[in-house]
Amino acid sequence: MKKPLLFTTSIASVASALALAASQALAATAYVSNEKDNSLSLIDLDTMKVVKTIPVGQRPRGIIFNKDYSRLYICASDDDTVQVMDTATHKIIGELPSGEDPEQFALHPDDRRLYISNEDDALVTVVDTLTKTVIAQIDVGVEPEGVGISPDGSLAINTSETTSMLHWIDTETNEVVHNTRVDQRPRHVEFSHDGKQLWASSEIGGSVAVIDVASKEITKKLKFKIRGIHPDKIQPVGVKITDDGRYAFVALGPANHVAVIDAKSLQVLDYLLVGRRVWHMTFNTDQSLLLTTNGMSSDVSVIDVNRLKVIKSIKVGRYPWGVVVKP
Amino acid sequence: MAVVAHFLSRPVLLAYCLLLTSVMANANQEIPIGYLELQQQRPPLLSNVLPEPEDSGLQGARLGLADNNGAGRFVGQHFSLLEARLDNIDALLKQADDWQQQGIKLLVANMPAAQLEQLSMHFSGTDTLIFNAGSPEDNLRHSRCLNNVLHTLPSRAMLTDALTQWLMAKRLKHWLLIEGQRPNDKAYAAALRRSAKRFGAKIVASKEWTFDSDLRRTAQAELPLFTQTKEYDVVVVADELGDFGEYVLYNTWYPRPVVGTQGLKPVSWHRVVEQWGAAQLQTRFEKMATRWMTDGDYAAWLAIRSIGEAVAQQESSEAGALRGWLLGEQFQLAGYKGRSLNYRPWSGQLRQPIPLVHSRALISQSPQEGYLHPTTDLDTLGYDRPESKCRIAEHTAGAN
Repeated sequence: MKKPLLFTTSIASVASALALAASQALAATAYVSNEKDNSLSLIDLDTMKVVKTIPVGQRPRGIIFNKDYSRLYICASDDDTVQVMDTATHKIIGELPSGEDPEQFALHPDDRRLYISNEDDALVTVVDTLTKTVIAQIDVGVEPEGVGISPDGSLAINTSETTSMLHWIDTETNEVVHNTRVDQRPRHVEFSHDGKQLWASSEIGGSVAVIDVASKEITKKLKFKIRGIHPDKIQPVGVKITDDGRYAFVALGPANHVAVIDAKSLQVLDYLLVGRRVWHMTFNTDQSLLLTTNGMSSDVSVIDVNRLKVIKSIKVGRYPWGVVVKP
Repeated sequence: MAVVAHFLSRPVLLAYCLLLTSVMANANQEIPIGYLELQQQRPPLLSNVLPEPEDSGLQGARLGLADNNGAGRFVGQHFSLLEARLDNIDALLKQADDWQQQGIKLLVANMPAAQLEQLSMHFSGTDTLIFNAGSPEDNLRHSRCLNNVLHTLPSRAMLTDALTQWLMAKRLKHWLLIEGQRPNDKAYAAALRRSAKRFGAKIVASKEWTFDSDLRRTAQAELPLFTQTKEYDVVVVADELGDFGEYVLYNTWYPRPVVGTQGLKPVSWHRVVEQWGAAQLQTRFEKMATRWMTDGDYAAWLAIRSIGEAVAQQESSEAGALRGWLLGEQFQLAGYKGRSLNYRPWSGQLRQPIPLVHSRALISQSPQEGYLHPTTDLDTLGYDRPESKCRIAEHTAGAN
């Protein structure tokens, strides 16, 4: 009698272990940095629930995965460091010399060079993540914030908020080769998948500049209008463009809406109501979902990209800032 | 430059020198700005434990300059600041004349209303542009219109309107008003009376503080009796220099909140303002000045930044052209208050949200929800176009 029972139990445990492994392998996880909780919230994108909260350094803002998702880089702004987390164990395994007050960054396609904005020092620090050394520090305008790297890796673009400029950095020489003046307080830059367009949001200017990368000229300035919301409260921050070039999404901050834009005709199609003070966004792996961080309501809204509908809001920690998805 | 450099820490200084050399390398547009401050004797005060910084205003101007050059160096523009801080207006006027000779026509003034008017008159008939970063006087915004002056410091009426909107939202409609004896206190009290009338609050009792005892020792005995009047919802204090007001808190006959120049205060800036990127400005300022940023610093910073943005947006540094641009609809300035800021074309007052703070926290920011306006809700604060005689945008700077 005993033997079969044991056998069944072990089968069951193996099965459940397998099931667990399978679900871990299948379910994508969203990592959300909580600026005022010094933590990350992990959301299981199958169940749409927070499954884990991990304490990290002080004032975590920008977060980004390496190419194979084995590491997560975290800007711990008030600790003046970039933390490196092992995503298998969720342990902090090291720190990178980021310069002071790192806020946002971008990883070069070579999977090694991190371009980090040092908000308080008007610098962009380039760090080699392998040797953990600073390769270069580049003088930029006051309060550097957004960083974007062209898909071919040749250009890094940095926004400086107080200077209201985009600085075009040649990644070969790490020198500023061009500056583009945009509206007040540029926050974020995003390249289109083909690298031909650069989108730059201006928070206080209330606009998004669409720039032709080849000529470095602004081809169109998008403005937004939502009935019942004062124009001053429409403050574009995060921008995401689908890889197929169909839609662009712009997070409008205290307007509590995400604008949906036809990325080809550059016409605004719709405004989706999300949580309060929406800043940054990310797609899931197949780009069927878009997640937004809503700082003031401390939640994440989930948008169904095909139906252009908000389908869920998920409570996370205080003042969620960045969000990335691991498949 | 040496003046700016001496208080910077070594690494910053090094960075500054590097910056300077790179500026020298490609500067082709020089934009000098003059800072004029009338240094005043502060009268003895009862609550004198925490003195105001002596360089309030000046440090804000210096940070504004650094921020301007942070942008200017990429486009070949170099801003410089000439500083004059003297204790009499005639000497300041003479300094300004000397600067005028050198072609310096952009001035930031940190001085009371009377001297500001003198300065404005002195340069009437020229295209000099003056920024008022020192006087909150209401009549400069509604009747004593100065064509060559833009105001970055909010007027008293803007402050008291901001406070009153919040009080009305909290249903604190019945006020006990206590005012000091100095002219500035009287002006603040007048602004409070105007705000009460404008938004529908009732002043149920009004008292003047005339005591000359040292309140640090006797507040507990004096104030309960002094505040024993017809019942009120809130005590509203007009004591700009902080003579007695700090002692009204927790000493009132009825257990009621204290607001105004003490307690919950409407301000243009304060250390507790940290949203909308303000934390970065605070950090930058503290690194440079090794103290907190005051509202005077903020007003001077706004003035210098207005010049910086106008030059960048307009690509001209000619005072007349800048004035036109600054008073136009296209001008936008990010001032860390969550809104784009611009100037009222009638009075030259910079529109801005007003934080309501106590010493350790930001409580609210006006305009409050629900106060609507056909142009911008920011114009629910202070003297709106129909309430003001001024129409400075319709004149040139030199007209008087």
